[in-house]
Amino acid sequence: MAKKTYLQALNEALAQEMEKDQSVFILGEDVGQFGGCFGVTQGLFDRFGEGRVMDTPITESVIVGAAAGAAASGLRPVAELMFVDFIGVALDQLFNQAAKMRYMFGGKAKVPMVLRMPQGAGIGAAAQHSQSLEAWFMHIPGLKVAIPSTPYDAKGMLISAIRDDNPVVFLEHKLLYGVEGDVPEESYAIELGKADIKREGTDVTVVATSRMVHSALEAAEILAKDGISLEVVDPRCLLPLDTGTILDSVRKTHALVIAHEAVGFAGPGAEIAAQVAEKAFDYLDAPITRVAAPFCPVPFSPPLEQAFIPGAGDIVKAVRALR
Amino acid sequence: MSHSKEIMVKMYTTMNRIRMFESMLQEYFAAGKIPGFVHLYLGEEAVAVGACSCLTDRDSITSTHRGHGHLIAKGGDLKLMMAEIFGKSTGYCKGKGGSMHIADFDLGILGANGIVGGGGPLATGAALAAKYKKTDDVTICFFGDGASNQGTTQESLNMASAWKLPVVFVNENNGYGISCPQCKSMAVTDIADRAAAYDMPGVVVDGNDVLAVHEAVGEAVKRARRGEGPTLVECKTYRWRGHFEGDACTYRCTEELNEWMAKDPIPRFEEKLVESGLATAEELEGVKAAVKKELDAALEFAQSSPLPELSALLDDVYA
Ligand SMILES: Cc1ncc(C[n+]2csc(CCOP(=O)(O)OP(=O)(O)O)c2C)c(N)n1
Ligand SMILES: [Mg+2]
Repeated sequence: MAKKTYLQALNEALAQEMEKDQSVFILGEDVGQFGGCFGVTQGLFDRFGEGRVMDTPITESVIVGAAAGAAASGLRPVAELMFVDFIGVALDQLFNQAAKMRYMFGGKAKVPMVLRMPQGAGIGAAAQHSQSLEAWFMHIPGLKVAIPSTPYDAKGMLISAIRDDNPVVFLEHKLLYGVEGDVPEESYAIELGKADIKREGTDVTVVATSRMVHSALEAAEILAKDGISLEVVDPRCLLPLDTGTILDSVRKTHALVIAHEAVGFAGPGAEIAAQVAEKAFDYLDAPITRVAAPFCPVPFSPPLEQAFIPGAGDIVKAVRALR
Repeated sequence: MSHSKEIMVKMYTTMNRIRMFESMLQEYFAAGKIPGFVHLYLGEEAVAVGACSCLTDRDSITSTHRGHGHLIAKGGDLKLMMAEIFGKSTGYCKGKGGSMHIADFDLGILGANGIVGGGGPLATGAALAAKYKKTDDVTICFFGDGASNQGTTQESLNMASAWKLPVVFVNENNGYGISCPQCKSMAVTDIADRAAAYDMPGVVVDGNDVLAVHEAVGEAVKRARRGEGPTLVECKTYRWRGHFEGDACTYRCTEELNEWMAKDPIPRFEEKLVESGLATAEELEGVKAAVKKELDAALEFAQSSPLPELSALLDDVYA
């Protein structure tokens, strides 16, 4: 199997779906000749033309809303925002319009759109270009929230997201774009809402998302040397959330650490912890622990930014504290 | 040219402060000394300087991601700015903000902004505060051609006009929002035409002519102070560098760049000053030398300042 970056995997998913289905098109700021803010749509303008790879004005509200409107009118738009932080400008179109159309209209509408947005800190982009906002989207019935951590998952999940008949918020991490992994040439779909066990283990379950999956795997290597065996579960989707896989793992290991880059308080881990507390409390031998960002905006200065971002060391510490 | 020598030389000085500040950042960014990313204002100096020279310290501005020029023109301290951009604890925002988030509320600098179109509503609010408090303070909202397409910008123009708020919308039309040329993002040629939709004056000026900007914004500021409401002043200009440092700029051609570099606002102003007898070439050289010294000191301050302590991470989340 060929090694590809996360970015190439996403690009390939877009190209293959556009090739296969004329109703798929891309819209966003600088997604055309420029190839997108981080380069995900590179080459697609030349290949599919400006009729299907559309540079919009700077107008997030309309990017999201027009995607919803076009989706409700029979197309399958893939919209891109340059940074997830800009969803603030467009939130109404996502959560009051796209997410609710089907339910409000008694099941009549179908909104098969994808909204791709990079998130995460680590490039010195400061408070308005570095957030991890997945918890906002998981709170909205009607949306799906995909948050892949590997090139393989990125491709298969984006293909599923494009084929899905619901609005899918697709969250990429900007520091994952350059990460390499095995990615098949051919098109394949990974069902949205299916977790993946990234490493099997017996002592402690670590449920990690996005870039923190890699930190969890690193932590697992470190702790393995001390004879502590981590099971790393990547939910891959936060909505729907595969609680079954998480619960099965916790019933096996009896301990749970949740790791994400979003702010801890009312973050995605809060829901995961609540699910486990409700459904597998008796299996837990220790309190559930969350490894997450502190409760502050993302600071600019590199030492502060590094202190803000949780990492493998924090997971190791959290696991050791359980025992 | 009806202005005093003092005002004119001050404008010239400020343009040079911006030019040299940005050139220094260009150099130090390329050398890997500056974290994150920077959007330089090189080539657009006449807009910020022409506009801010119409304001007092009590007046306010809202700025953008390309904000260094606005902040310097509004009197921002070069040392504190430079230290902030280098991520140092002595910077304007203790290293928490960086290039895109510098503010000085004492000088009426309500902040650079990482959100395109983020400044319009804030400027409208600052103008609302002035009206509420019955001062005659004015706010300038700087925004780009790209930003002019955001709903927030258009909503601000509308409400400011409907409520006759003392705000001046200064559009910096440099022809591009990142790679997107103006002709692809809007049907109008003159952004100032949009003023008509809100029943406010819309003016187009040569944004590389500091005096033209100063005249037009000056009129608008007077009108705002009189309580007659906002004006939209569109300044046609051009950014010399890529959108951000590191942008390969493949979307525009060298001829276009050269055309605009030939309209460099600084020598143009220099010529006027000398021709009109307001300053000699030697005096102007002296200005540049003094600015250079000031910048060397700012750089030295930034480089020798400490990085923030980790204990500062959770400070200032709340008042
Ligand atoms: C809401 C939002 N959308 C997109 C961006 C990304 N972005 C930063 S600057 C920029 C272009 C802005 O163009 P313009 O307003 O013309 O200002 P210029 O850069 O030309 O000075 C874009 C799209 C952003 N920062 N915020
Ligand atoms: Mg522009």
